[in-house]
Amino acid sequence: MALSKLNNLYRAVILDAAQNPHHKGEIKGATNKMTLHNPTCGDTVNLQLKVDSGGKIADVGFTGDGCTISQASASMMSDAVLGKSREEALEMAKIFSDEAIGKKHSADELAKLGDAQALTSIMQFPARIKCATLSWWALTRALEKDGSDDSASSQTKE
Amino acid sequence: MSKFDDLRADFPILDQKVNGERLAYLDNAATAQRPQPVLDELIRFYQNDNANVHRGVHTLANRATREYEAARRKVQHFINAKEAEEVVFTKGTTDGLNLICSTYGEEHIHAGDEIVVSIAEHHSNLVPWQQLAIKKHAVLKYIELTADGELDMEDAKNKITDKTKIVSVTHASNVLGIITPLKELAALAHEHGAIFIGDGAQAAPHTKVDVQDLDVDFYAFSGHKMMSPMGIGVLYGKRQLLDEMTPYQYGGEMISDVTRERTIFAETPYKFEAGTQNVAGAIGLGKAIDYLEGLGMDRVQEHEQKLVDYVLPKLEAIDHLQVYGPQDPAKHSGVIAFNLEGLHPHDLATALDMDGVAVRAGHHCAEPLMQDLGVTATARASFYLYNNREDADQLVDAIKDAKEFFKIGTVKAK
Repeated sequence: MALSKLNNLYRAVILDAAQNPHHKGEIKGATNKMTLHNPTCGDTVNLQLKVDSGGKIADVGFTGDGCTISQASASMMSDAVLGKSREEALEMAKIFSDEAIGKKHSADELAKLGDAQALTSIMQFPARIKCATLSWWALTRALEKDGSDDSASSQTKE
Repeated sequence: MSKFDDLRADFPILDQKVNGERLAYLDNAATAQRPQPVLDELIRFYQNDNANVHRGVHTLANRATREYEAARRKVQHFINAKEAEEVVFTKGTTDGLNLICSTYGEEHIHAGDEIVVSIAEHHSNLVPWQQLAIKKHAVLKYIELTADGELDMEDAKNKITDKTKIVSVTHASNVLGIITPLKELAALAHEHGAIFIGDGAQAAPHTKVDVQDLDVDFYAFSGHKMMSPMGIGVLYGKRQLLDEMTPYQYGGEMISDVTRERTIFAETPYKFEAGTQNVAGAIGLGKAIDYLEGLGMDRVQEHEQKLVDYVLPKLEAIDHLQVYGPQDPAKHSGVIAFNLEGLHPHDLATALDMDGVAVRAGHHCAEPLMQDLGVTATARASFYLYNNREDADQLVDAIKDAKEFFKIGTVKAK
């Protein structure tokens, strides 16, 4: 059955993250917010971060609606960046986005993503790359636009 | 054994494996595939007759012009327009609708006027009118649906009033699989002194369209959904309306005489065809029309209806699968939108793709309709003349596979 190939994409860890997402919901005292839409499918990620005075991500939460991949990615991304510094989080987002457009990183660098590196398997499914990168783009935008609340549509980056 | 059983062989693209499986191409509402005669026609034109039209005295220019105008007459007969001049070549449905909006609409819509569309519109027949209404301080009204997902004609009678100047409604929904009563709607619009526009993108490829019988003032459709090249489309308009309208774009091809101070525009339809046209596209469209008429539009519709009669009950019988639009096959076209409970349609479409089944997943450029249906997106299978029962069975089996993979109905959906 060709569906066995689906296992490459939907590993148990991903299905679990989508069905029981971590950090789903609004947080108190958010300092950075960003809402991104994927206009091709209607996925929405509404990301909230609380960056403390030391520049660390003290809390993270997301709301929104989307496919298994986008929900799992938002959950895994949230797990991965919690407690990280702003710079570390931006670097992780860069690594993930690079992988999505085919730029390879060393195993050491990929390890920085923690469980979230499981979703770099999305590379085998070009039509689904945007689903996985949406929350990472939201993270980058939220951190770069210090403290502001904004909303935008994701652009096609393939 | 009908002649439709062998049609697949005319479409070389269908003869391939996708992800190791037979390709079941069921994304025809997005774009159809092209048969070999259309592909051959494009090569023939570019190898023998290619030249720019209406502006050369040499032999190739004459041939290209003759073939381009012959294609216009084929379209005229295909939709039973009174005159070939009522056929304007466009880039596609979106282009045609924008043409009317930014010429007729700009001139005739004023503050307080009403524009009426249906809630089932594709964005291409919604956003132009919405923006025009905002700009002109006019009112945009929506004809709602019945509980069964059909156009609510009682609501149409309430929404279309003497203030209504333009009514623009899809002939066939790209989501719900409904055919709308265009003739009745046009009559209703005319009773109130409004003009009526039909969006034929999902209808013209599948059913016999007679613009005189429907009595529509304008009718727009795309070539690529009826096996022609992409980038060619048709806007039909009643001659008198087209004659009265200002041009859409200015430039070459659309003029009669230009001085430093003023320009006299070309006649209908040329005043709407500025710049170098998609000549090969028009000729390809002509060939696609030959192909359709060779089969007979009635037979095409009958074939697709038989497929719907076959597949719709099978889909409706799958637990946890929601099928949108009318549940009665007799009221449903070959456009079938559905969702597996608890699974995003993108995940479903990826799973179907692994089984060789090409479907669309998303909001289908109909976000207000999605909001009405209470979903953000759906999967959609759409059939065309070369599809057969094997494709239908492959779809049904693939949905069942996906259901099993994602354990839909066996574990509690979140």
